[in-house]
Amino acid sequence: MGPRTKLVLYRTLQALPALVGVVIVSFILTRMLPGDPAAYFAGPAATEASIAEIRATMGLDRSLPVQFLHYVQDLVVGDLGNSLSTGQPVVEELTRRLPASLELTLTALLLSCAIALPLGIAAAVHQGSWIDHACRGLVTAGVSLPTFFTGIVLVYVFYYLLGWAPSPLGRLDFVYLSPPEVTGFYVIDALLDGDVETARGALSQLVLPATTLALFTLAPLARMARAAMLQALSSDYVRTARAAGLGEGQVVLGYAFQNAMLPVVTTLGMVFSFMLGANVLVEKVFSWPGIGSYAVEALVVSDYAAVQGFVLAMAILFVLLNLAIDIIYTLVDPRTREG
Amino acid sequence: MFLDVQDLSVSFSTRRGTVDAVRGVSFSLAKGETLGIVGESGSGKSVSSYAVMRILERSGRIAGGRITFDGIDLTAMSDREMRELRGREISMVFQNPRAALNPIRKVGHQIEDVLRRHNRATRSTAKAKAIEALRAVRIADPEARYDAYPFELSGGMCQRVVIAIALACDPRLLIADEPTTGLDVTTQKVVMDLLAELTKSRGMSSILITHDLGLAAEYCDKIVVMKDGAVVEAGDPKALFADPRHAYTRRLIRATPRPGAEVGDLLEPPAPSPVRPVPGAPLLQVRNLRKVFGRGASESVAVDGISFVIREGETLGLVGESGCGKSTTSAMIMRLLDPTGGEILLDGRPLTDTPAAKFSRDPRRGSLQMVFQDATDSINPRFTARQAIADPIRRLTDERPAGRVEELAAQVGLPLTLLDRFPHQLSGGQKARVGIARALASRPRLLILDEPTAALDVSIQAIVLNLLAELRAKLGVSYLFVSHDLHVVRLLCDRVIVMREGRVVEEGTAEAVMRAPSDPYTRSLLDATPMPPAAIAATPALAKAAE
Repeated sequence: MGPRTKLVLYRTLQALPALVGVVIVSFILTRMLPGDPAAYFAGPAATEASIAEIRATMGLDRSLPVQFLHYVQDLVVGDLGNSLSTGQPVVEELTRRLPASLELTLTALLLSCAIALPLGIAAAVHQGSWIDHACRGLVTAGVSLPTFFTGIVLVYVFYYLLGWAPSPLGRLDFVYLSPPEVTGFYVIDALLDGDVETARGALSQLVLPATTLALFTLAPLARMARAAMLQALSSDYVRTARAAGLGEGQVVLGYAFQNAMLPVVTTLGMVFSFMLGANVLVEKVFSWPGIGSYAVEALVVSDYAAVQGFVLAMAILFVLLNLAIDIIYTLVDPRTREG
Repeated sequence: MFLDVQDLSVSFSTRRGTVDAVRGVSFSLAKGETLGIVGESGSGKSVSSYAVMRILERSGRIAGGRITFDGIDLTAMSDREMRELRGREISMVFQNPRAALNPIRKVGHQIEDVLRRHNRATRSTAKAKAIEALRAVRIADPEARYDAYPFELSGGMCQRVVIAIALACDPRLLIADEPTTGLDVTTQKVVMDLLAELTKSRGMSSILITHDLGLAAEYCDKIVVMKDGAVVEAGDPKALFADPRHAYTRRLIRATPRPGAEVGDLLEPPAPSPVRPVPGAPLLQVRNLRKVFGRGASESVAVDGISFVIREGETLGLVGESGCGKSTTSAMIMRLLDPTGGEILLDGRPLTDTPAAKFSRDPRRGSLQMVFQDATDSINPRFTARQAIADPIRRLTDERPAGRVEELAAQVGLPLTLLDRFPHQLSGGQKARVGIARALASRPRLLILDEPTAALDVSIQAIVLNLLAELRAKLGVSYLFVSHDLHVVRLLCDRVIVMREGRVVEEGTAEAVMRAPSDPYTRSLLDATPMPPAAIAATPALAKAAE
């Protein structure tokens, strides 16, 4: 086993305590929420006796450690309980909705990186030029316009005025059938199925919400890329590379950008996490059936199994994300491989 | 002429207008020759060489003059042509070698980049040629070092890699910009000898840019002295140093510490050296001091049972190269670190009674103070000079800062009008004065001077050393002078201890240690220090030896 594989394994093991912590905290947090789920479940006409009965069937009359034990036992077999409002198993709802959110988020992130990184690099290389000013303008617009606003403006312009975009109603227009599920990402699934028409339909639904999210995340990425590149370009090793006659492309992309990657990757992680939060608004505007809108609906009716499942899913996602970033960091920067 | 620089001017556009960094500089270099460009910071010596390479930063531009390299006018070349030339015809070695290498790329690959860029290797031959380049700069086990990252190598090793990159494509001109600044003296000698030998055996011309007159005199055929962006004097090193024409050159030579000179002799005009206080009762006693870092397999002994005494009014020099444990020792005496074993007594009472973490509230804290190497980094950038000096008065004494700050400023010769300036508005020498005034604020009895002049130009160093000698005569304070340079230490110290690998290898009066070192390591330290030219000229015996 190579030292890199070993280190990746080691970092993965280090993520386990964080996951255990997440399970404990999400359990405690939901128990601390105001309101009595038993009373809610029993309905407005319930008597003391019926509420107590329901509480007993839900296991809520037992001590917290015993409840936790049951919770963990259920968790191990993948049971997050049933949603109180829909009666559906929470796991099913989440696994159905998570790919929708991920498809949106990842597309937006890709789009955002594809614009922000070249823009940041170009702004740093041509510091003070028109492209630098354009970068600054876009960054300012990106952070100052809230997503629900840009979302509505995009819908107004591209759907209502120009008619280029399809109606902002979910992942797929009703004329198409959902593709057979493989990855849960409609575009990819449709392509795997060989159904180009559906793939195009799914993609066209995706464009506006993904652009909305990307505009919002562009700003921190472009700004960090520019700052990190400026620092790298003024470093001694770039001077050495220039003095050795290396070509501008190799100096900028090979030497400077590889070093500038490190802070950019860190920012990428942060952006990804607040993107999952920003999702909720975008999902509402575009009627996107993701987990963000699911969680908001669940919170409104104190559907605690659903909320607990959502918190847990998000937390696990974050832990995995941080693990991925740690691993990328380890692979990029040899100095972090020590110890 | 192989390289001919005529009337070169370089200007930088800054927020406060255009700054002329180099004004009408001319020098030339024949094939196989080594030219030394000597000067202090801000003299334009590095900028001139960057102009030759055409690697000035964005805000700088060549404002006038001609640079002819082997018959080609470099100022008229396009960027593309210039890139072809760099690394293949002219290359450069920099100071601070670890920062000069890409931190996340294997050193072998960094050499390959240059080889392949100039078509000296193909994908299949690159590795072998890179290893060959590493072997050429005498890196032991080049096959293994090929895969190393810069952070895994010592400073001297990194500089060899930088040299390997510079020489990989057999250029005809090598420019070395302060190539040994930041390296230990013994490493400096090895690196300089290697550079001299490699350029000579390949028939290359070279330019050595340095602030060190001794280094320039030892390795160069011709010397140009620069000040404030202009050449003040040029010529053969021996003649130039024996009979300097320009007042500035004279001042530089005079300010360079050398055998036989007293601290007052460094000033222009020479001043009588301040009286040395007669050492009194023992102030600080260090007994069998030990510090071990890490545990188990990663255990490393930084300080291995050292003992010494500093008396009232006495100055002890602590000399050694990086990693010898001198900084750990001063940190333990300052009570920033807890020792693993041994005793530190102040006035016969153990300082180690109070753990390091609580020592800041110990009543004896004000008796010990420290002056740091980097005056810039050791002053809070958001404090004015006044605030920096007032801070310890408030924290460590019952006195009121009003009045006392001015008294201290006067003591260290800091003009009162500068007290409300921020560090970035002060010069290096002025910042050093602030650092000393701040250390004196709590009326300490022992001052630890941690390489207080290492970051300063020689002329400023001369002034600061004299200031320290005066303060000692006036205040009767004891010094522990930590330094890597025996010649500097000798000027102030009554006694010297030499440390190596955590142990004391030599101890004695400064004169005796310098004249007849008993340990071979001390000998090698002394030999590695390039002999300052004035000393060669002034001492017939040395002049003969240098022939």
